[in-house]
Amino acid sequence: MYIDPHIHMVSRTTDDYARMAAAGCVAVTEPAFWAGFDRSSAAGFQDYFRQLTDSEPRRAAAYGIAHHAWICINPKEAEDHGFAREVMSMIPAFLSRPNVLGVGEIGLNRNSKTELAVFEEHLEIAAQHNSLVLIHTPHLEDKLKGTRLILDAIAAHGKINPARILVDHVEEHTVRMVLDRGMWAGMTLYPDTKCTAARAIDIMEMHGTERIWINSAGDWGHSDPLAVPKAVVSMRARGHTAADIHKISFDNPRAFLSQSGNFSVNAPRPTIS
Amino acid sequence: MTTPTGKPPLDRKTLIDLGFIEARAKILDVAAFLDRLDRAPANDVMTDFRVDAIRAALEIALDASPARAERILNSWSDPSTQPIAHADGKAARGAHLPR
Repeated sequence: MYIDPHIHMVSRTTDDYARMAAAGCVAVTEPAFWAGFDRSSAAGFQDYFRQLTDSEPRRAAAYGIAHHAWICINPKEAEDHGFAREVMSMIPAFLSRPNVLGVGEIGLNRNSKTELAVFEEHLEIAAQHNSLVLIHTPHLEDKLKGTRLILDAIAAHGKINPARILVDHVEEHTVRMVLDRGMWAGMTLYPDTKCTAARAIDIMEMHGTERIWINSAGDWGHSDPLAVPKAVVSMRARGHTAADIHKISFDNPRAFLSQSGNFSVNAPRPTIS
Repeated sequence: MTTPTGKPPLDRKTLIDLGFIEARAKILDVAAFLDRLDRAPANDVMTDFRVDAIRAALEIALDASPARAERILNSWSDPSTQPIAHADGKAARGAHLPR
């Protein structure tokens, strides 16, 4: 039994739900993200948020998977500050939906001033609504700088308990600074641009199993929705105990996500739409 | 954690047995990539900051100090600390382009 706490199921076919269910997935959480193109209106985001909170949970429930969502305007579409504010004004209404866990995946992309301002405004929304926060750290050469900017912004804002913040896509050079500040760290098993299972297991061996999880971030790009159960297999081959494996792939995600009263590992009864 | 932090459960010989063939394949891929660049027409491009980044990373990978993966990631990272004025496109490049 496992949880994939970061996967973009809107970009996956139903066959993936079937495979994930067969592999033991009982729950997923899906952050709002960039669709591969810039949406042309706030109404586009409204429709996307409806997809995350209405149709996607029903699609998941047909396979016994509990689907949860996070809401935000992602950093790649945050460069137009006025447009971002228009989208952010819609967030509070969706935070009350039954499957919504909080604000995410907010963060930075190229580490621009406007991206940072939008990130800070999202933190304020999360604080006002006592929401959990899921954070995207930038890709590749931008990750170190962006993680530092993000952590400094969180410290300056100061209104959110670090234990209610998950900083995702950590790698060897950023994991320690996240854990040292009392936040949770996500290791993303994504080809080429993020972590491999082998390196994620190395990171776990070096930094322990507290406040750390693994996820696939499977999306419309070259990615694997079964990355988490495959990492479980790798952990067994590397000699790790069943307890540690279960902790990384189930107990830790459940512990963090259960801080939202909306999280459950029990999928709702399937309905016919 | 049920095993001490920092210590893999398996011994070195077992890890070599498990991981050698995959590591071997990845090194061959890198070597073949560099060979491919040598065979390609230069078109006035004698070097590229990304290839320089790979060569610098290979030197780190070969040295005797620990935390090679972390040091390689740091070597590829943007060392600046202030946000940029405007996002210059959507995608990162993979290595820091010195300005």
